[in-house]
Amino acid sequence: MFNYTLRRILLAIPTLLFIALIIFLLLELSPGDPMAEMPLTIPPEVREQMRLALGLGEPWFVRFYKWLYMFTIVEPSHMLANMTGIESLAVEGQRIISFQTRSPVADIIAQRLPQTLWVVGLSYIFGILIAVPIGVYSAYKQYSWFDQVGTFVSMVGFSLPTFFTGPLLMLIFSVWLGWFPIIYDTTLVVDSFGNFLLQLRQMAMPVFVLTLYNTAQIVRFMRAAMLDNMTQDYVRTARAKGMTERVVVLLHVLRNSMIPVVTVIALGIPTIFTGAIITENIFRVNGLGQLLIIAIYASDFPMVLTLSVVFAILIVAFNLIADLLYAILDPRIRYD
Amino acid sequence: MTDTVSFRAPRNQWWDVWDQFKTHKGALVGSVVFIAILLFCFVGPTLWPYDATYIDIRSRNQGFSLAHPFGTDQLGRDIFARMMKGGQVSLAVGVVAMVLSVFIGTAIGVMAGYFRRIDGLLMRMTDLFLALPLLPLLLVMSMLFRQPLSSAFGVETGMFLLIVVAIAITSWMRTARVVRGDVLALKEREYVLAGRSIGTPPRRLILRHILPNVLSPVMVSATLMLATAIITESALSFLGMGFPPDFPTWGRLVADGVDYLQQYPSRSMLPGVFISLVVLSVNYIGDGLRDALDPRIRGR
Repeated sequence: MFNYTLRRILLAIPTLLFIALIIFLLLELSPGDPMAEMPLTIPPEVREQMRLALGLGEPWFVRFYKWLYMFTIVEPSHMLANMTGIESLAVEGQRIISFQTRSPVADIIAQRLPQTLWVVGLSYIFGILIAVPIGVYSAYKQYSWFDQVGTFVSMVGFSLPTFFTGPLLMLIFSVWLGWFPIIYDTTLVVDSFGNFLLQLRQMAMPVFVLTLYNTAQIVRFMRAAMLDNMTQDYVRTARAKGMTERVVVLLHVLRNSMIPVVTVIALGIPTIFTGAIITENIFRVNGLGQLLIIAIYASDFPMVLTLSVVFAILIVAFNLIADLLYAILDPRIRYD
Repeated sequence: MTDTVSFRAPRNQWWDVWDQFKTHKGALVGSVVFIAILLFCFVGPTLWPYDATYIDIRSRNQGFSLAHPFGTDQLGRDIFARMMKGGQVSLAVGVVAMVLSVFIGTAIGVMAGYFRRIDGLLMRMTDLFLALPLLPLLLVMSMLFRQPLSSAFGVETGMFLLIVVAIAITSWMRTARVVRGDVLALKEREYVLAGRSIGTPPRRLILRHILPNVLSPVMVSATLMLATAIITESALSFLGMGFPPDFPTWGRLVADGVDYLQQYPSRSMLPGVFISLVVLSVNYIGDGLRDALDPRIRGR
């Protein structure tokens, strides 16, 4: 197990390097110019100097190496220094600077992260909490009206794109009923009960949209896993021993069915960050997804590169975690 | 006492598949809805008098009427015609991207499953693609190649090529994995061994004996791919990274309509409903196909 983990982590390093290189080269080929936003009155030689100041004068491999050094050494050290409060931990040197704001990319990401985590993370947790009981009951009473309705709703939730459900909810709850604000106010500071309610109200719609989608996906897996297990021999044995249905379903079947579902949930966690790009854009939640879109529009290469690689790290890490969880939960699986 | 053994006339297995498919109510309704939308988008424009890009500024922002069943937009363009045109683009992108992606996925899956020497390499590549953050990458790609392709092939063809290829090369991985798994199992079967022992070259063994046997997982993943491709295209258009603004696609129409959500809610809801209907019906067709193509379920 330990050897396997180590081997996977070692394998992940070249994978991530390669992904970073692909994205870097893609951006390198891109026709977008970070100086496009500058006034046209700037004389060409000054413009050239500004390009050099942004670090665009050197060949691509030098810049890639520098970015890599900053991403792997400088930025983590600053993060560590911030977390522990020991300033001396931070490595001296240039940090990754956003072309748009001229401030370190990591600081902007750290500012945006809580918004994404709250909205998207909450919807994922809600999704799991709602989906598991529905999936269990649907499978237990297969072909009952509850199951029929449940599978239909999960199919609908799975098929409706978030860029449709988002405006639909806006129309119903903001335009017609006027319950929730259309635009997410990110400057809101929760310091009183009234503001807390306001925060809840503005989070309601984005969380609902994402919860619907997450729930639909997990219900499908949960139901399928339960159905696979319900017909197994050990279930009949448990019933024959005279165990109550409660024990059979909730203790025996559910525990075995959770094995694939837990891995699916783990695999889905990176999409908390990447999949919410559209939802964040609809509701103007200024989280990581919106940050990425704005950065792409503004040709803010360091920001796009850093964000994409962070997403890639999350995906690789949670793939590994899902595989390890599978082995831990299911003793029949051996990796060595 | 005579046993009456009823022999069924031999018939094509696709009839059995169809019989099973018919019993899946969702799949049947899904097919009807899907075909209706196909007809609406591809036959509709030949019968409908208005063009999707015809601007009639005097009759702008009209509500539902007989002349304009879905009303007109802020430039007086007929929304009914724009929905048909937008559907053509969305469906065409979805179908072509699906075919391309399934082709790539099947080719790589069969190669990796059949030839052990390149298995490791191809599967590492698949894992690498699975680790890519796809939506960000798609956005970057559509930003990047927009200009060169538009100038080389014209705006519409260029964007079509770009989006189709971008969706295809970011979505073939699942098909490849499923196909590889099946090919690995099929390769050990006796009929493949028999074929190899009489000297069948790998190319013919793959095309004639292995491919027909992986057809059912490929078809199921093709329907799922179609749904994902349509959603991805619409999402790109919705974010403004797809086709140019004056070129209607369903995703674009939703995005344009959101600006008028308060005054004219139907403008963003209608294309949204159409996208959802197509995706829902395609997913149901996929469900029905999965059951119909599984010989263990069929005939029960």
